Amino acid sequence: MPGFRGWGQGDAMSTTMTDFEPGAGALGDPPADAAVSARGLVKRYGDLTAVDGIDFDVRRGTCLGVLGPNGAGKTTTIEMLEGIKRADDGEIVVLGMRWGKDDRAIQERIGVQLQETEFQDKLSVHETLRLFASFFENSAPLDEIIEIIGLEEKRTAFVKTLSGGQKQRLSIGCALLNNPDVLFLDEPTTGLDPQARRRVWDVVETFKAGGGSVLLTTHYMEEAERLADDLIIVDHGKVIARGSPASIIASLGAESVVQFSMVDAAVDAIEEAHLLALEGVNAVRVEGSSMVLSVTGTQGVISGLFALVDERGLDLEDLRTHRPTLEDVFVALTGKHLRDG
Amino acid sequence: MASLNQLKELTRVRLYGFWREPEAMFWVFLFPLVLAGVLGFAFRSGGVVPTTIGVVNGPQAAAMSEVLALDEHLEEERFETREEAYIKLRRGAVDALFESIDPPEISMDPTRPDSEMARMRVLRALALSAGAEDAPLEIDEVTEKGSRYVDFLFPGLLGMNLMGTGMWGVGFAIADIRRRKFLKRMLVTPMSRGYFFMSFILSRLVFLLFELLILTSFGAWVLGVPFRGDILSYLIVSFTGAILFAGMGLLVASRAKTIEGVSGIMNFVMMPMWLASGVFFSYERFPEFLHPAIKALPLTSLNDALRAVMIDGETVFQQGLEMGIMAAWTVVCFVIALKIFRWG
Repeated sequence: MPGFRGWGQGDAMSTTMTDFEPGAGALGDPPADAAVSARGLVKRYGDLTAVDGIDFDVRRGTCLGVLGPNGAGKTTTIEMLEGIKRADDGEIVVLGMRWGKDDRAIQERIGVQLQETEFQDKLSVHETLRLFASFFENSAPLDEIIEIIGLEEKRTAFVKTLSGGQKQRLSIGCALLNNPDVLFLDEPTTGLDPQARRRVWDVVETFKAGGGSVLLTTHYMEEAERLADDLIIVDHGKVIARGSPASIIASLGAESVVQFSMVDAAVDAIEEAHLLALEGVNAVRVEGSSMVLSVTGTQGVISGLFALVDERGLDLEDLRTHRPTLEDVFVALTGKHLRDG
Repeated sequence: MASLNQLKELTRVRLYGFWREPEAMFWVFLFPLVLAGVLGFAFRSGGVVPTTIGVVNGPQAAAMSEVLALDEHLEEERFETREEAYIKLRRGAVDALFESIDPPEISMDPTRPDSEMARMRVLRALALSAGAEDAPLEIDEVTEKGSRYVDFLFPGLLGMNLMGTGMWGVGFAIADIRRRKFLKRMLVTPMSRGYFFMSFILSRLVFLLFELLILTSFGAWVLGVPFRGDILSYLIVSFTGAILFAGMGLLVASRAKTIEGVSGIMNFVMMPMWLASGVFFSYERFPEFLHPAIKALPLTSLNDALRAVMIDGETVFQQGLEMGIMAAWTVVCFVIALKIFRWG
């Protein structure tokens, strides 16, 4: 784990956490417009507590993103909401109904895309959709669904001839067949190239535009930023931040992130204390061979940085600045990257 | 209320899954034909197997040759030395060694049936040369239809095929869709689980009709196996067997997470029945105390009932015990399978 000071490691943790933590704690009663709500969800596997008291609401017509690294408990959480796994503790309400009591009625009104479903190789797109459509009392016309997921030309092609992105869209198509009120998407674009990913996002946005609610898990911050109206960031089975993507990023209190490394010099050739002393630097952390600064007033910081580098006769290399992202928030909160797993 | 359309779609998908796999088609339709063909032709009545008797060159050799010539099924093989002849005898290339004619003496291995046959034939030849009319025992050669090896074999192969296709067809398919998480995906829809299981039975029955049609035609026209019983009894016995083994396939796959896991259990379950249930040879050859256990095996009941109906021309009503055993297995398999079935 990279060293991290000023953003709350060790002793400083308790104070700094509250500084920009956008309300990660428990929620009160579900709001009236919640399509899905969860309170105090817990799931244990033996000694391991995979989900440790998670609360959230999906407001009708919006998308709630559950962002977190692999192993954070995202899939376990969404599968409890889908009725696949039973929660050890906590309460789940889906469209005003509860699992264990109204299973059939819930299933008629939700759409589910699971991680890693492999459809049968030698069924065509149309046959696969027709099979799933037969399970519902009311289903949308298949050709309409095929159009939404953009597989018109693959209508009669076997599943095994589809690309990864096309398979994923077929999977979402199966989830849309019953005109669901809520769509559950578990890492819908993992493993897809950027173009295929955007096509999946288009399908989800079309669904949302029609008034549908979405619960989405992802470990891609771009995906969360693009699709989610509300976000919870989870790690080790707990919610560590919640709010809109913009408010979560704003909670970092940084205008910009400055990253640099130096030619032929150790990463600590400039002491952290000196960097922190620069006007506008809020936090410093080491990441591989780079230093990462969280700053307000980028220009001033960079001038100061040049002065420090000149003083020591060093050469800057690979100087970059970017707007803070959810990734920066996640690193700030946990000291690790989303992709680290 | 789950619609029947669901059952239709589920069954259709099952059939496609099979129809579109050339390997599956081979094992179901072609393999049993090849097996029946090869074994059937190999054991077709090929005349009487001759006995080879070794004779070592010496003063008595000519006299011994004369005696051996008296039985048309005896063949003589001459050796220069006794050592040479002994090596052949040990290897089973000759069935016995004619040592001397006065006193009559042969060398043979009493544990080999062929040697025992050689002893009898030499005795008969000696009796004939001593002036006897012929052997006192009348022999009727049995090569009529219905009692040849292939007639015994064919119903056994049919039973074995029903077992194999039932267990693989259902067990493999379930393990496969579970591994693909396809099963889990269906679980989050309002799909009727009853229809899901019924689709496996229905698709099995559809395939059964094709299996029976192809295999039975081949048996009747190519191998000349007689069909003496009534069609209805034949169908009822076959359907019962097919459903029984579909249930067994379901049971075997009810919890397995991988294809490998299912294959292992499947072979473990089927192997004893291949050997003991009278597919290739009668289970009467096993010791008496094992017979009740062997008869309790589902494939034994199926094979016995198929043979009784096909070869002996009995009806299904005469197969009470066999049908009862099969029904019991069917119920037990389905009840346990549905109870322990793993969806996730």
